[in-house]
Amino acid sequence: MTLSTARPGLADSSTPPKVTYRVRRGKGRYTLTVLAFLLPSAIPLTLFVLGPMVAAAWISLQKWNLLAPMSFVGFDNYAKLLTDTTTRDVFLHTVYYIAGYLPLVYIGGLALALALNAALKGRAFLRGIYFLPVVTSWIVVALVWRWLLNPSNGIVNSTLAVFGIDGPGWWTDPVWAMPSIIIASAWKDLGFVMVILLAGLQAINPDMYEAAKIDGAGWWRRLVSVTLPLLSPSTFFVFVISLINGFQVFDQVYAMTGGGPNGASEVVVQQIYDLTFRYGAAGEASALSWILFIVILAITLIQVRGQKRWVNYE
Amino acid sequence: MKRNVIATVGMLGIAALALSACAAPAADEGPVTITYTNFISNDGNEDNLQTIVDAFEKENPDITVEVTTLPYGDYGTALQTDLAAGTVSDVFDIEFSNYASYQANGVLAPLTVANPEAYRQSLLEAYSTDGTSYALPSSFSDVVLYYNADLFDAAGVDYPTNDWTWADEKAAAEKLTNQAAGVWGDHQPISFYEYYKALAQNGGQFLNADKTAVAFNTPEGLAAAEWLVNKSGTVMPTIEQGQGTPDFDTNLFKDGKLAMLHTGIWVFGAVADVPFNWNIAVEPGNTVQASAVFSNAIGVSATSEHIAAATKWAEFLTSSDTMVQTRLDAGWELPPISDEAQLASYLDKGAPANRKAVFDSLDGIALPPVVAAGQAEMQDIMGQELVEAQAGRKTVQEALNSAEERINAVIGG
Repeated sequence: MTLSTARPGLADSSTPPKVTYRVRRGKGRYTLTVLAFLLPSAIPLTLFVLGPMVAAAWISLQKWNLLAPMSFVGFDNYAKLLTDTTTRDVFLHTVYYIAGYLPLVYIGGLALALALNAALKGRAFLRGIYFLPVVTSWIVVALVWRWLLNPSNGIVNSTLAVFGIDGPGWWTDPVWAMPSIIIASAWKDLGFVMVILLAGLQAINPDMYEAAKIDGAGWWRRLVSVTLPLLSPSTFFVFVISLINGFQVFDQVYAMTGGGPNGASEVVVQQIYDLTFRYGAAGEASALSWILFIVILAITLIQVRGQKRWVNYE
Repeated sequence: MKRNVIATVGMLGIAALALSACAAPAADEGPVTITYTNFISNDGNEDNLQTIVDAFEKENPDITVEVTTLPYGDYGTALQTDLAAGTVSDVFDIEFSNYASYQANGVLAPLTVANPEAYRQSLLEAYSTDGTSYALPSSFSDVVLYYNADLFDAAGVDYPTNDWTWADEKAAAEKLTNQAAGVWGDHQPISFYEYYKALAQNGGQFLNADKTAVAFNTPEGLAAAEWLVNKSGTVMPTIEQGQGTPDFDTNLFKDGKLAMLHTGIWVFGAVADVPFNWNIAVEPGNTVQASAVFSNAIGVSATSEHIAAATKWAEFLTSSDTMVQTRLDAGWELPPISDEAQLASYLDKGAPANRKAVFDSLDGIALPPVVAAGQAEMQDIMGQELVEAQAGRKTVQEALNSAEERINAVIGG
């Protein structure tokens, strides 16, 4: 009985008697069915995500260099990390990355989505092209960008030189290392953001634009007053995913700068990696993983709470 | 009940250890398979390693060796993961810089070496702690000064000799550098490894006597750092020009655009076919002649179930005649043996002509500073600070001050 009230959708269906009969008789079977559908993702989730998370929580309370047996140290690792300037630096570098990456990838992805939403010749082909970097390995992309941004003979600086501009040292310069990573990351993820926003754009009722046009709204006014508000659920999704991924940025840093020069682009996950595999401090690394998890969780919750203020569900 | 089981297992373990140690020379274990994970054969020497495996299996029909080969770049991570998970191979490669920490953490089984006289004693001792061997040296190599004889001829500069000092190298490098033509006089990486060696060449010490603090922030240490850093942009390309990226230096040398190159003898093969005359000399020192010697070693896992068989393989791989011949024929670094007569054939295995310099370099050895904890951080910090000075973001003195403070914080514990 509780089930049928909790799920009004079923009661509204075209054959109500049959459905209520099924639900009443097969409460246990319904649970089983749900479980059966959940298992294929629940098993790997438990084995490869939840299990390691619990294990990491345990390891974070230990001193462990991977070689000798662990020894329990309580919250010492957390205390050490929270007072360590390196922790502050790697979080600042990560926030710097997100602050540069997110606007760039969103505005770029939006521009592409708008362009490829129009009735353009060969747009299916173009959509495929822009999506290609998304499915390319980060190692490949990082090598290509390292080459493009090579300070002495890369294409970017060579092109700048034609216009008489002395290009920066890019990944060899502490000031430009993070911008180099941001540019490469935004380029790689443009296609992903584009696809999400394209789907959102196509869900917008064309009548809205018709009505706005009749009221005399120009291209810019339609973008700001019709497109962006109606696209806000997709935008919200892009922001949440990008922030979660942004805090976990690693591959491109590892492959492009290794966190250098002199730690200028060292981000949180790179530090977790270094602590574990280079500095023999797996306990501290696990504690840092949990701190990162809590930060991401908090920010995601704030976003979900805050969405009421700006996200319109039609 | 549970306690009894643990006690029994413990007793059995001790008994097994004692038995295997006694029975090492004649292991009567029946047919066993041991696993060996390595990086030393990666990238070109896989067949040579297989030759040694085949010879060992022929001599020991009851032992099968299962080989896994990993690239050097991934090896350290893989080994640590295996050690942490308890899935490590019976026999595995280690490097000298990791030996101290692996030994201290009880990862390596103490070895009963059947024929210790076969090894070059300094190398065997490098992998011994309190008189017990915990790993066996598998090869060694050193760093020498390569030079492009054609560029020297064209510039009218005398070839390097074993008696050269930094001053001779600097004078030659300046004459040989022709930036307009893209030709550079010298290349030496600006790194931890080059710095501890330059420090020794200038009579300095990296660490204090009890290894709790650095000892390089002295006039000798400053001169050694300046020796490296001041090459950049004068006789050596800058970071912006690509210096410091993998294989940059060897490629520049192979292109005939570099007159002198400081690198290891492991590059012999890579530069063998260049269209110009080249040779090597002992690396110049300043007040002292000191060369860097690198060695790899083979360890047996302390948790291995076949320590006797594993030790037998480790010893064969590091001292058998098959290994010596295979390594010498292939130019696969140098076998770690004491028999100079066997090594003599290395001298006439082709270019470079002055292979004697490889052995002359051993007269003065600069061993890397090793600390029990914080080794990787120490190396990283030193490299980072030297690069700060190279890029001109700090003076050399500022970089040394900063390196001293940061490294002491890591190793002073």
